[in-house]
Amino acid sequence: MSRGFIESTTVGFARALTGTMLSEQTARQRGLLQALDPRVRVVGLFALVLAVTLSRKIVVVAALLAVAIAIALLSRVSLLTLAKRVWLIVLGFTGVIALPALFTTPGRTMATVAGFAVSEQGLRTASLLILRVETAVTFTTLLILCTPWAQVLKALRSLRLPKEVVMMLAMTYRYVFLLVETATQMFESRRSRTVGVLNSNEQRHLAGRTAGVLLSKSVALSNDVYLAMQSRGFRGDVQILSDFRMTSSDYLGLLAFLLVGALAVWTGR
Amino acid sequence: MHIPDGYLSPSTCATLYVGAAVGWYSALRRLKRVLFTRVVPLISVFAAFSFVVMMFNLPLPGGTTGHALGVTIAAIVLGPSGAILALSIAIAIQALFFGDGGISTLGANCFNMAIAGSLVAYASYRVVAAGSAITSKRRVVAAAVAGYLAVNASALLAATEFGIQPVLFHDAGGTPLYAPYPLSIAIPAMMIGHLTFAGLAEAVISAGLVAYLQAADPGLLRGTSGLALESAPTDLRPGTRSLQPLWLAIAVLMLLTPLGILAAGTAWGEWSPSELAHAAPPAAVSSAPTPAAPAGLQRLSNLWTAPFPAYAPTFVRSRGFGYLLSAMFGVGLMLALSLFVRRLLDRNRRKGYAS
Repeated sequence: MSRGFIESTTVGFARALTGTMLSEQTARQRGLLQALDPRVRVVGLFALVLAVTLSRKIVVVAALLAVAIAIALLSRVSLLTLAKRVWLIVLGFTGVIALPALFTTPGRTMATVAGFAVSEQGLRTASLLILRVETAVTFTTLLILCTPWAQVLKALRSLRLPKEVVMMLAMTYRYVFLLVETATQMFESRRSRTVGVLNSNEQRHLAGRTAGVLLSKSVALSNDVYLAMQSRGFRGDVQILSDFRMTSSDYLGLLAFLLVGALAVWTGR
Repeated sequence: MHIPDGYLSPSTCATLYVGAAVGWYSALRRLKRVLFTRVVPLISVFAAFSFVVMMFNLPLPGGTTGHALGVTIAAIVLGPSGAILALSIAIAIQALFFGDGGISTLGANCFNMAIAGSLVAYASYRVVAAGSAITSKRRVVAAAVAGYLAVNASALLAATEFGIQPVLFHDAGGTPLYAPYPLSIAIPAMMIGHLTFAGLAEAVISAGLVAYLQAADPGLLRGTSGLALESAPTDLRPGTRSLQPLWLAIAVLMLLTPLGILAAGTAWGEWSPSELAHAAPPAAVSSAPTPAAPAGLQRLSNLWTAPFPAYAPTFVRSRGFGYLLSAMFGVGLMLALSLFVRRLLDRNRRKGYAS
């Protein structure tokens, strides 16, 4: 093992934090998606994800990917970011899964690679899967990159998600970062007190104990939060402010999203 | 095990959203009855906790690493309803804000990991740990067993969802439109990884956590221990049982679903008539190398088609349909089984009070 449990986990934490900070930065830029009402963004991009899963033709899914790239460019999301955060990762993951389908899917043989027959159907199903996942994940990532989380939550609330659920999502998101921070500090302090190499059994013990302390802290935290909420008058009734106002360009945007989605579903049948 | 968008067909996603919604609804209702104001921060912080635990890069025996889900410890500390909500929230946060797992597959992911995972973890923990003291070693073993079973149950569900895709959804030329592998490939491929690494990771972390809590904070284990619930310090007690009839009804309905479908053979409107014409889902798929795994499933599907040969239209004997029937039957069976286990546990507990 090149890196120990402590290092690899702290690196993972740091990566999650920088990723989120990057999103908040892009969300503040001025671009196409950022200018639209958050509800339009959420509904529009979800509709496009749905269109991606409903389309049955490679060409149509590819066209939707082109739409995604156009939206990214207009929203000032760098394609390099997308390539690093989405395309390469998805290709690595889904590619490995899709590759054997080239050989295992029965159908007309197209070529022979190292003695194994590649079928036409296999090639089609593998490229359809990869393209579909790439496109859908690009749309979701665009939403994440261009919308601060508070706005996503408000948009979900105005889409009739139960208030309690929205509130729990909001609180969870907030405390994820606190707990990541706490865990990072625990690992760093442990690291600074560790001389030599921990064997994997010791690392497992360490993981169990760290998680245990984190759990106790979480429960204590939730008690504190509960008391704080109660002292501010929380009686189970959730209030969420919603001050969104749809303008004509928002309606236009929504219409465009839905039209593209409907067109894709229609032509991709 | 987070299924991204694009692997499952829209109708599979919709079905699993409905399945997940049933779980969410009953969990929320049950918790609301307990003490909702207290539950909100507890579930939220626990969701954040399982999110962070999923990021732990655990070293496993043999030099590999794996990730836990955190579903087992959630089920042990919060009980099944709390765990269902906490895990669902964590999974939703991953999908909505970190791009991990799909939007259209959110229902499927929650169904597999949060709902099935929590129920399996809770039931197996209660069964293995039944009657043991809070600080007993058996609880540590129970947590490990629960973690291992929960992760593998979730993986099996995901593999089944993948596996039915090529049979049900393909174009006229036999090209699978979504996940391309039949059950005979999807199940072994998913299960090998989970039976070894992922299941082990969850077992290790759950056992470690329970061992830690026994020493440091045993109060957290009391809520679901089945021992002297009256003095439990947490507000999340299991045992509000009024939803049981609902679950029983669902289980019975699902067990009867195959009959319902047989009676109304045209329910499968999604298939165009031309597809139905050469319906034994097409030669392309049935000629695929499908050894080993489906044998059991086929036997199960035969179980249901056999008694009704006269009523069943020919396409019911198709493999795809058989899979679907067995899947529904399986879920119904699981529900019925878990209800039975629960009743058994309740009875034991009552006996414990009486003596």
